[in-house]
Amino acid sequence: MQSVKELILKMADDALIIGHRNSEWTGIGPILEEDIALSSMAQDKVGHALALYTILHDEFGEAVPDQFAFGRKEKDFRCCHLVEYPIGEYDFTAVRHFLFDHAEILRYELLTQSTFEPLALLAKKIKGELKYHVMHADSWITRLGLGNDESHSRMQSALNNAYPIALGIFEEGQFENELLEQKFFGGEKVLREMWEEKIEPIIGRAHLELPKAKDETIGMGGRNGYHTLHLQPLLDEMNEVISSEATGTEW
Amino acid sequence: MTEIIIEKNLVEEILAALEDVKDPEIPFISVVELGIITAVEVDNDNVKVKMIPTFTACPAIKLMQQQIRDRVLVMGFNKVEVVIDPSVAWSSDRVSEAGIKKLEKFGLGTAHRHGGEFSFNELSQSKCPHCGSNNTTMQSMFGSTLCRSMHYCFDCKQGFERFKPL
Repeated sequence: MQSVKELILKMADDALIIGHRNSEWTGIGPILEEDIALSSMAQDKVGHALALYTILHDEFGEAVPDQFAFGRKEKDFRCCHLVEYPIGEYDFTAVRHFLFDHAEILRYELLTQSTFEPLALLAKKIKGELKYHVMHADSWITRLGLGNDESHSRMQSALNNAYPIALGIFEEGQFENELLEQKFFGGEKVLREMWEEKIEPIIGRAHLELPKAKDETIGMGGRNGYHTLHLQPLLDEMNEVISSEATGTEW
Repeated sequence: MTEIIIEKNLVEEILAALEDVKDPEIPFISVVELGIITAVEVDNDNVKVKMIPTFTACPAIKLMQQQIRDRVLVMGFNKVEVVIDPSVAWSSDRVSEAGIKKLEKFGLGTAHRHGGEFSFNELSQSKCPHCGSNNTTMQSMFGSTLCRSMHYCFDCKQGFERFKPL
């Protein structure tokens, strides 16, 4: 069961960290609707993380979600590098959102078939909510890709930067074989194929090109506890209030 | 046989009482009309109410659990448990006909019955709750709460929010 636990952990950490990154747009979004959209998606993602940490608590005896989410050391996180990067300009945020959310919704679609029932049930719920996220991402990829020269070149350059890092989403953990054998999950290889099949036509319609990654391992490490230099400062910020009080303080 | 009938009546009584518990974000509509109560189980003096959130990240869930518990407790039961039911996923199709009428009266657009999967077209087509026109457009698929999107009516020139399909 270690395999399914690791799978849930990396999904939860991805959702928590991208949720916090999305929330950094609250109050400074380029237009009001985008401020609201990023904030709403941040709320969804953190809620999904909570639901996943709750499974880890109920089924695997981990600490209560708040404590587990915020009380671990950096090396105990299993999020991928893509979600750790700062929000940057809106082009990077939009491209990351597009690349990450398509992989995420496809992962949940695969997981509706999982033999691990708590995850299969949650997947059925969450995949409907994520439809809004991918529709939002697609609309901005298209609009900015087809916008004007500046928006097009910014989107292409953000895609060139983010795509190789995004491949780290599909880094396999040490229990990948067990996941497949026990039919807990269809596997990272299958997921990556589905993802490329899904995103390529959308990128094409936006008159953008999917770059070739020179090094497919550049965004890897996160699934085994090796992170970018951006994660620790983010964890410090997330923990700033709670770490100012003694352990066990009632809020 | 008699016992079963009594229990059935009790479940109906509890569901009727839960009409008093409203969604804190839309105080017109009850938790029953919203379709978030999935089961009520009565065992002598103990009651278990099973419920589900609309969106997973609904911030009102704890408050609603508390209000449901309080409402059933005043009916005289000894112990009332309100638990999340992981076996059912909420969908906008679960909102009752009465619930839809109340949402419209509250000034919110409502979701079409979609039978399981909603499409992008479905999102952008919403009837204006003010004048009933279908000549509307979606301005943003996210709104003031997770369960609402923002729209505009070309006929009555009013903005409105819609209770999203899910």
